[in-house]
Amino acid sequence: MIEVTDLRRVYGGGFEAVRGISFSVRRGEIFALLGTNGAGKTSTVELLEGLARPAGGRVRVLGHDPVADRAVVRPRTGVMLQEGGFPSELTVAETTRLWTGCTSGARPEREALELVGLAGKADVRVKQLSGGERRRLDLALALLGEPEVLFLDEPTTGLDAEGRRDTWDLVRALRDAGTTVLLTTHYLEEAEDLADRLAILHEGRIAAAGTPDDVTAAQPSRISFELPAGYFVGDLPPLGELGVCGHEMAGRTVRLRTHELQRTATRLLVWAERAVVELRRLDVRSASLEEAFLGIARDTSRPAQEYVA
Amino acid sequence: MSTVTTTPAGRMAALARAELMLLGRSRTAVLSAVFLPLAMPLSLQSAVEQMDLKDIGLSVGLVLLPASIGFSLLFSVYATLVGVFTARREELVLKRLRTGELHDAEILAGAAFPAAAIGLVQSLVLAVGCTALLDVPAPKAPQLAVLGLVSGLALCACLAAVTAGFTRTVESAQVTSLPLILSSMTVSGVVVPLDLLPDRLATVCELQPLTGVITLVRGGWTGDLSAYETVVPVLTTLAWTAVGVFAVRRWFRWEPRR
Repeated sequence: MIEVTDLRRVYGGGFEAVRGISFSVRRGEIFALLGTNGAGKTSTVELLEGLARPAGGRVRVLGHDPVADRAVVRPRTGVMLQEGGFPSELTVAETTRLWTGCTSGARPEREALELVGLAGKADVRVKQLSGGERRRLDLALALLGEPEVLFLDEPTTGLDAEGRRDTWDLVRALRDAGTTVLLTTHYLEEAEDLADRLAILHEGRIAAAGTPDDVTAAQPSRISFELPAGYFVGDLPPLGELGVCGHEMAGRTVRLRTHELQRTATRLLVWAERAVVELRRLDVRSASLEEAFLGIARDTSRPAQEYVA
Repeated sequence: MSTVTTTPAGRMAALARAELMLLGRSRTAVLSAVFLPLAMPLSLQSAVEQMDLKDIGLSVGLVLLPASIGFSLLFSVYATLVGVFTARREELVLKRLRTGELHDAEILAGAAFPAAAIGLVQSLVLAVGCTALLDVPAPKAPQLAVLGLVSGLALCACLAAVTAGFTRTVESAQVTSLPLILSSMTVSGVVVPLDLLPDRLATVCELQPLTGVITLVRGGWTGDLSAYETVVPVLTTLAWTAVGVFAVRRWFRWEPRR
């Protein structure tokens, strides 16, 4: 449904926001582009939506070029931008009517608003909606034409926990009904729970891609504990024998990384039992998307990374 | 599921309808777009009565009517649309509309429609009003007046989009729209007929964007334009519209600067 090959995007000032990425999204799949702010998520999605032409590479949506063949593509796609884009003085119903007039095969206005729980706000002006309500209105309009491909740029940013769950349920229901969904997010949880496959973008390139399990499986699990008084790291059993692939110390805290969590944990605990020491603040944690994400984000020269777990 | 496919006309109508509601909800827009141009003839009347019009064969009404239509084009259409295009861009409305089925030209035309319609209705009201109150005779070449008015509406909408391209905020739209408004009021013959100016100055003034429109409108009423005198304003108006279209395609911005 979506084919991206060696895609590049360069802004006027020469900044290369997207630096040669390739991926494909299959029919009826939820694909997430995950990344920190500035990773190139929105720049990529705008190329897929046909809002801009790529500086290099190729985009195919439903088999067509979204810019050149827009007349064929647009009636079959739905778009939700990162930030609204509705006149603040129109009411929800008036905004929906405007979009109904511009959307082929639009569902009834009331049905669209009911999908996102905004039917009760039909006569409220857009400027009086909360941030979350505006996101839901945006989603309703993206769904208006019952699109085959849905682009959602940070669909749950600004929503409260309940609103986010509702949106996830709705997106899953759409996927189950055959809609292909490409979404961007910087919420790890969202990518992990919702996406069938995902790509982690970092500085305009894909740093990792696959199912959430694939991406996670490549990451080590972690064990951390406080070194017992009087012990040194050298007093532990040889780390290689424990199956540890990396370690670090922070004060008295030892952090171990392993791809064989059960073996490492068992041997460590057996050692502690025999040595009659207590491993205080013991924390054993299997690999997670968060590890993958943080690991990738850490590989950067930029000091401040904004990310929300 | 309905299988209704949208058409360009249908999409533009939906947008125009929304824009009309928005225009009606902005008190400043209503004042400056609807009432200001209608009040113009009254405020100018005494000044025009001082002009030496006999020599060039014009009456007070024949100066005031094109002037009023010029004001309507400048304020109701041009200035209003600079604000509309800028406001919609800054609210990301234009960007959001571009994600849908509307083509770029449809977005601009649909958004421009209400203001252009107001300009058209105002011009008709002014024509009727001036005819009734200022002894303006019936137009001798109405087709020229219509041509002038229609091309004036298109040109003003187009120039508004150009101006919005380098206008950052709705507030600054009041400043960026001044050059065209002031130059039109002084040198395009909107207020002072070019025939009253020295020859060399008048030649330069003929190149101002709105001069052709005003010449055609006035000529429509007087009916005294020769073939050459008709072709020149038509060509300058067309040329300005072409320049405007080129500038919009090249420099119009669909989303705010980041």
